[in-house]
Amino acid sequence: MSTIASTEAHQGSTAARDWSGPAPKRIVTGYGFWIFILSDIVIFSAFFATYAVLLGQTAGGLTGHDLFDLRNVAIETAFLLASSFTCGLATIAADTRRATWFQLAMAVTCVFGLGFLAIEGKEFASLVARGAGPTRSAFLSAFFTLVGCHGLHVSAGILWLLTMMAQVIAKGFRADILRRILCFALFWHALDIIWIAVFTVVYLLGSAA
Amino acid sequence: MNILDPQGPIGAAEKTILIDSLTIMLAIVLPTIVTIFAFAVWFRASNVRAHRWPDWEYSGRIELVVWSVPALTVILLGGVAWIGSHRLDPAKPIEGASKPLTIQAVSLDWKWLFIYPDQKVATVNTLTVPVGVPLQFQLTSASVMNAFFIPQFGSMIYTMNGMVTRLNLRADNPGTFQGLSTQFSGDGFSDMHFDVQVVPAEQFSKWAGAASADKALDERSYREIAKPSMRNPPVIYRLADADLFSSIVTQKIPPSPGAQAGVKGASLQAGVADAR
Amino acid sequence: MLGKLSWDAIPFDQPIPMIASGVVALAILAILAWVVIRGHLPYLWREWITSVDHKRIGVMYTLLAMVMLLRGFADAIMMRTQQALAFHGQGYLPPDHYDQVFSAHGTIMIFFVAMPFMIGLMNFVVPLQLGVRDVAFPTLNSVGFWLTATGALLVNISLGIGEFARNGWLPYPPLSELTYSPGVGVDYYLWSLEISGVGTLVAGINLVTTVLKIRTKGMNYLRMPMFCWTTLATNLLIVAAFPILTATLAMLLLDRYLGFHFFTNEAGGNVMMFVNLIWAWGHPEVYILVLPAFGIFSEVISTFSGKPLFGYRSMVAATMAICILSFMVWLHHFFTMGAGADVNAIFGIATMIIAVPTGVKVFNWLFTMYGGRVRFQTPLLWSIGFMVTFIIGGMTGVLMAVPPVAFVLHNSLFLVAHFHNVIIGGVLFGAFAGYTYWFPKAFGFKLHEGLGRAAFWCWLIGFYVAFMPLYVLGLLGMTRRMQHYDVPEWRPWLIIAACGATLILCGIVLQIVQLVVSIRQREQLRDETGDPWDGRSLEWATASPPPAFNFAFLPEVSSDDAFWQFKKRAAEQTGSEEKPEYRAIEIPRNSPTGFVCAFFATVMGFALIWHIWWMVAVGAIGAFATFVVFAWRDHDEDIIPAAEVARIDRSNRAQRLLILREEAAE
Repeated sequence: MSTIASTEAHQGSTAARDWSGPAPKRIVTGYGFWIFILSDIVIFSAFFATYAVLLGQTAGGLTGHDLFDLRNVAIETAFLLASSFTCGLATIAADTRRATWFQLAMAVTCVFGLGFLAIEGKEFASLVARGAGPTRSAFLSAFFTLVGCHGLHVSAGILWLLTMMAQVIAKGFRADILRRILCFALFWHALDIIWIAVFTVVYLLGSAA
Repeated sequence: MNILDPQGPIGAAEKTILIDSLTIMLAIVLPTIVTIFAFAVWFRASNVRAHRWPDWEYSGRIELVVWSVPALTVILLGGVAWIGSHRLDPAKPIEGASKPLTIQAVSLDWKWLFIYPDQKVATVNTLTVPVGVPLQFQLTSASVMNAFFIPQFGSMIYTMNGMVTRLNLRADNPGTFQGLSTQFSGDGFSDMHFDVQVVPAEQFSKWAGAASADKALDERSYREIAKPSMRNPPVIYRLADADLFSSIVTQKIPPSPGAQAGVKGASLQAGVADAR
Repeated sequence: MLGKLSWDAIPFDQPIPMIASGVVALAILAILAWVVIRGHLPYLWREWITSVDHKRIGVMYTLLAMVMLLRGFADAIMMRTQQALAFHGQGYLPPDHYDQVFSAHGTIMIFFVAMPFMIGLMNFVVPLQLGVRDVAFPTLNSVGFWLTATGALLVNISLGIGEFARNGWLPYPPLSELTYSPGVGVDYYLWSLEISGVGTLVAGINLVTTVLKIRTKGMNYLRMPMFCWTTLATNLLIVAAFPILTATLAMLLLDRYLGFHFFTNEAGGNVMMFVNLIWAWGHPEVYILVLPAFGIFSEVISTFSGKPLFGYRSMVAATMAICILSFMVWLHHFFTMGAGADVNAIFGIATMIIAVPTGVKVFNWLFTMYGGRVRFQTPLLWSIGFMVTFIIGGMTGVLMAVPPVAFVLHNSLFLVAHFHNVIIGGVLFGAFAGYTYWFPKAFGFKLHEGLGRAAFWCWLIGFYVAFMPLYVLGLLGMTRRMQHYDVPEWRPWLIIAACGATLILCGIVLQIVQLVVSIRQREQLRDETGDPWDGRSLEWATASPPPAFNFAFLPEVSSDDAFWQFKKRAAEQTGSEEKPEYRAIEIPRNSPTGFVCAFFATVMGFALIWHIWWMVAVGAIGAFATFVVFAWRDHDEDIIPAAEVARIDRSNRAQRLLILREEAAE
């Protein structure tokens, strides 16, 4: 029973607009990673929702208005935005197979990312030292978790970044390495977008209160 | 504890809604179940009399019906839900023979504390109420989430620490009934039942007046009661602290501690968990 | 050095968990010994443990589910027995033990039976139905399975080392906070679900991408089998809902481990926040469970009626409507929290609206049978049983969606009866129908039909005998999770329920016997053609079991019910044998990544539970290293040479042609 049509036969009933078959690997990988990013955004949404609900629960302690230093936030934002730019440069370097520029751009991205983490770490440490750590009140628990979750993602991103740099050194711009660079870049830019939401909702709105 | 044998207007209204909703749905469900058997049996492969339409896979008219029937049912039931939710909102006061009676209920581990602020009386694991009088419950929890329920009076409501939930009920017939907690709260949960005595109004006043003077409920004796215990016998107290309920609600009296004994791998500091 | 872990963690003074753990440990050791001594370990490692083939992973998911069904059901029998006995007495299970039993029962049944069963069937079937070679991310698929297995392992370890959570299958605070649950039980629960949650999310991403991007030529969306549509909807729900669970459990973990105040009574924590978040996940979760079952029934009813699915587009619309609406009804799980009349009413109405597309599906299945030629084999029996049972369960659900009714029935045994009604009648019956239906495709021989029918009847009758009394008990005022009671009216119903559970036990035993007998009689039950049920979709176009590459040539599709159309065209063609030119096929290479990663996850999970911090670091570094090692490999595909493809495919076709000619001659 030779009923499985090969690609040569039975053209008539398949219109030109029909689905043309399994998508190429690069598209599939990128698509899957977008869906992962969507799921990650849902996690952040849950933390944002919790933050909104617990905003007023300061248990008689300090509020955002008392705690947030917008200068630090501005520097953090500048670092992240700059790192997104350099990450874009790294992507272009990878697309044009320029290894040295790639490594340079990734290294600068890493430095900006580490700078962001350093400032955030200092901010957290100073809050704890002032008695405004996450165990002080529900509001602070929500703050540290939301901002900290973003920071954890940045840390994981830096680990990934370093791994990608090592991979390119070891294996060059192979197809699967390029796919992973694409995914990394998506991840890094997504973190930037989430940071914009974080600093708007948490720091800007919080300071205005 | 049969909810189909209500003893007050809330329970009676809820029973009516239950039966009406069920009837409406059974009118669709029973014929559908019959049809399932009918089609399956009639169109069985061995039945030569059945007509076969092996390519029949669409009918606009049937689609219209199969979307409309559930939709219409839902519209009808939705109306019942809207009206019923508003009429029977637990926080909505009820009318009755006389002035409402306020009862403040606190769920503890693992018993119920009932405070009658106007009568200056408090009870553990027993409730006495006058017949026909609207009962305005204010409820909270001293520890974990519970739920207050007297099945034959109707609606239950959650109790949570640090906040007040409200419930309005009325008992229209004298007698003894049962109440319980319906939100699992730990090892002693199964013992969180209490008897409810519904008595004529004069008997209620006598009962409230006769509460013994030597058992006083104030903050100190409350803290004793709040320690974890099971199978507490019914007790009546004289209420010595008029603000006891609000102290519990506002956490002026902190939430009560959990049970410590016999737990594998416990690493907890004793007493109430504070911000570290 | 070992954190909180000490010899005290083992319940030497409690006979039941000691005996249970002992028996399980012995069984595992015995099986391991048999495997090693008989020399099966290299085969197992090469062909199953490190496999990234969706068919193998699907089978392993299903096997995990069925084994965990035994554990979850053991808990159920214990609960029914306790409640039948504990009238004016303590029964045989003290409260702290009983509380763990019902918590474990729910957790295991939802997360380690229902989810893996459905994910397993979706994994096995969907690439075959889509006419392709594998899912989008095969190695990730393996990681997902093994992480799920890690979660199951951790829950079972809690039986012998430490304890399990005691707060029900959802850890409502503040009961689940450190103050009121200072032991390791809740931690076992939380880490087990966080780890297996990653596995589930990974499966979700994989299957969404597969359905949307990896289909054979010509398979437009509206030509996909219905099971693929329900797979799409289910996995979209997984991707959108499971992160909420991850975040919420993480917050509870932060409270317990680091003293945060999300849900504590003090310092402003909000328990209502937990309830809202957890049900914002929890409601989509139940649709994640039931939608694949709906898909299975669409396939089975259509095949065993010999007719296309009635109202295909309507079914697609209904499925996607359910997908979206399932995010809008979560409050109906806590009408009695006191949100107010408007809020309660809106969510009640939204809940009823979701019943509309479900009702449409039932009617469409009905009309699929109408005018068909209905064959009463086991899969169809499960489908009819499902239709009747699920309607009743759905009805009681809509009943409780009316807030005033919920005010008297919430948390009662009526509720328990309702959700078992829809989960057993819907999800489990669907799982069993799918298991019976696709078993020959996976293993090359059918399951014994007579034993299958006997098992079905035991399950069906057992279900009604076990759960209809619970509806009555709910109306009689009995609430859930009671370890003992003293209301005499309740007792007879609880005894009947226990008898029903025993009947179900007979059904399970029959299913085990069926499997053993079928393996023994596999030659008589052999599926020679790959199409034992006269199927309509592309999985039946392959041999049973399919070769590693599924299809030598990806089929080209021009309508729905693709395989049915191929068969019709082939019947019309006379003897035009195509001589296809075989090409080499790349298939993903097997990898131990999933297994090794899960090993480190288990180490990390166990260490986190017992506060063994150095071991946590070891586990974390190990997991990260596993991924780096995986990323470093140079060959991620194996090539099957054209000659090999040709040999396999020709022998399959010849086999099938032989059988069909024999059948035609009869």
